Amino acid sequence: MTLLIKSGRVIDPASGQDGIADVWIEDGVIRGVGANLAAVGAEVFDASGLIVTPGFIDMHVHLREPGFEHAETIETGSRAAAAGGFTSICPMPNTAPINDNATVTSYIAEKARRHAVVNVFPIGAITKGSKGEELAEIGSMKDAGAVAISDDGRPVMNARVMRRAMEFARSFGIPVIDHCEDLHLSAGGDMHEGLESVRLGLRGIPGCSEDVMVARDILLAEVTGARYHVAHISSSHAVDMVAFAKSRGLAVTAEATPHHLALADGDMRPYDSNYKMKPPLRSAGDVCAVVEGVVRGAIDAIATDHAPHPGSEKMQEFEQCPFGIIGLETALGVALERLVHSGKIGLPRLVELFTTGPSRILGLDRGTLAVGAPADVTIFSADRAWTYDVNKSCSKSRNSPYDGYAFRGGPVATIVAGEIVWRA
Amino acid sequence: MPQGLLGIEHLSREEIQPILDRSCDFQFRGDSSFRKLDLLRGKMVVNLFFEASTRTRTSFEIAARRLGADAVSITAQASSVSKGESLVDTLNTLAAMHPDAIVMRHAASGAPHFLQRHLETPIINAGDGTHEHPTQALLDARTILDRGKALEHLRVAIIGDIAHSRVARSNVYLLSRYGAEIVLCGPASLLPRELARIAPGVILTTSMDEAIRDADVIMMLRVQLERQHEAAFPANEYFQFYGLRLEHLRLAKPDVIVMHPGPINRGREISSEVADSQRSVILNQVENGIAVRMAVLERVLMGGSNHAGVAK
Repeated sequence: MTLLIKSGRVIDPASGQDGIADVWIEDGVIRGVGANLAAVGAEVFDASGLIVTPGFIDMHVHLREPGFEHAETIETGSRAAAAGGFTSICPMPNTAPINDNATVTSYIAEKARRHAVVNVFPIGAITKGSKGEELAEIGSMKDAGAVAISDDGRPVMNARVMRRAMEFARSFGIPVIDHCEDLHLSAGGDMHEGLESVRLGLRGIPGCSEDVMVARDILLAEVTGARYHVAHISSSHAVDMVAFAKSRGLAVTAEATPHHLALADGDMRPYDSNYKMKPPLRSAGDVCAVVEGVVRGAIDAIATDHAPHPGSEKMQEFEQCPFGIIGLETALGVALERLVHSGKIGLPRLVELFTTGPSRILGLDRGTLAVGAPADVTIFSADRAWTYDVNKSCSKSRNSPYDGYAFRGGPVATIVAGEIVWRA
Repeated sequence: MPQGLLGIEHLSREEIQPILDRSCDFQFRGDSSFRKLDLLRGKMVVNLFFEASTRTRTSFEIAARRLGADAVSITAQASSVSKGESLVDTLNTLAAMHPDAIVMRHAASGAPHFLQRHLETPIINAGDGTHEHPTQALLDARTILDRGKALEHLRVAIIGDIAHSRVARSNVYLLSRYGAEIVLCGPASLLPRELARIAPGVILTTSMDEAIRDADVIMMLRVQLERQHEAAFPANEYFQFYGLRLEHLRLAKPDVIVMHPGPINRGREISSEVADSQRSVILNQVENGIAVRMAVLERVLMGGSNHAGVAK
């Protein structure tokens, strides 16, 4: 199977390439990138007017399988990923059972091999049952395919356990990803603590509940020498602290979600759980700080924290609704609007955030169009107008604040190992 | 005013004033001219109380019946809620019975706002979580006006657990619309600093004396230990620092009135001497609750109140 992507603007941050070129794919790998390539018998994809980049990587998703297949499966989640231009996704371990041992990791990898249309790189738990007490089987999970560890959603509160986890992870060369939330400070909260929460009579999740954990973890990262990654960073202080850690030469990285780049607490439709997530939509000042963190390089990657929940769970009193929104299909559209069309960054930097950024954090052999690399390619438009209809989502769930939103620019085709798995 | 009444925050003075004016027509005069009306004959009002409340529910029931409407009250314990039916399903079921209005009390902030998006029947918020209690603010305003005080340029001290009080929020919004000065007072753990920006005219203080100095109105809030998820203040110190006692009243204007949304905790947030004093208008508030709720029901169900001559 040979595919020739003709005349697109090829942006490959890994090699620094940015210009009109053809991409030649054969047998699932990149054969060449250059002008006026020809390949006998090749299927031709006319990409003129479009952007051609290494396949996007979303290092933070929830696929809900095993255990919560009514909300999402590895297959449906992977289809939503493909529809969002992602060729690789990393599911968090909060399934049932929790991915805290090699058996579950292998199960996910095998399910993905059979049913997923994109690459799935599982993330294992830090502690057994994500209970924050006893370390999970980190080494054997890595051998089974885990690319990082995290107790996402149930952060390790015990600093000593976190220290040991960092030390152990360093032995295996994988990063520790923390969902930074001091559970005592955030207990009972439903949205960001501030004027809006006071106005709406909802209990607050203070910014400091994130900040104290980022501070703790950075100190532990320095002590242990671990690779440490802040998941879904959302507060201005946290961004500053990550920048500080980087300035000290620590192996500290961070990701931001599209929604934390775009929406503040004041943008919420009141009591609409499609705006309820953790960390919560923070103040307008925090949103600016996260955008500036991307501009200044404190933030390395965009990740969606795609968190499907069925309608029945989201159609309740706000305080009863679970946290999280789906985000795979709208990520690029939101990022283009907030970062590129607003003039904050150029397209090459945007592509970095979706490709080399996450790839380097996780140590993947992805995110590049180098000859011989796996042929994962994303083709998108930077200006084509389209409107998101959540009822047509490939995801099983519908919990998005972007239903009906008019975007400028979005995915056009997604190619995994040389196969076109989705096209607009 | 929107079809129902979800809160005071988004109401203008022009929407509030007619309700306050109209409620005068429904006040008890102590003579035979006060009788059952038939303004809402043939209308059905469902009182849906997901949270225990005797006085507000009774007040709404009486208000509906005095206007000639049929009133049915459902409490959460008696409804399907305890069987795991979702809020939306419960409301859809009720809507299928075609009531003309739903009066709703719920322990979750925003529950009526959420439901109103899924329901055509107008909803009157009878208190949602720690958010708003619009008819309480209206009846409080009516009570202040009855004492011959204009709402403009009043100094109103609201004292207690402000953070968890829907009564405080609704009163702040209403009084602010009229240009009153509102002093919110309580221990800092129950007085989020953001409250200072919630509406124009709001001042915060943790000092009881400062709050009461020159006040025209003192509103005490019920200490709601059940709404606190932790000890935000040592309970046994509360009365000492934030309980209203007779000696405080000397700091206020001579004609100060003391209000309380009830039910009062004697000896916790207010002393018996104050609660029973001449300055207390607590029972007037209860009485005005019916008149104000009649005006609200009429406005929601009839779409206005200016029926010249009716009930005058």
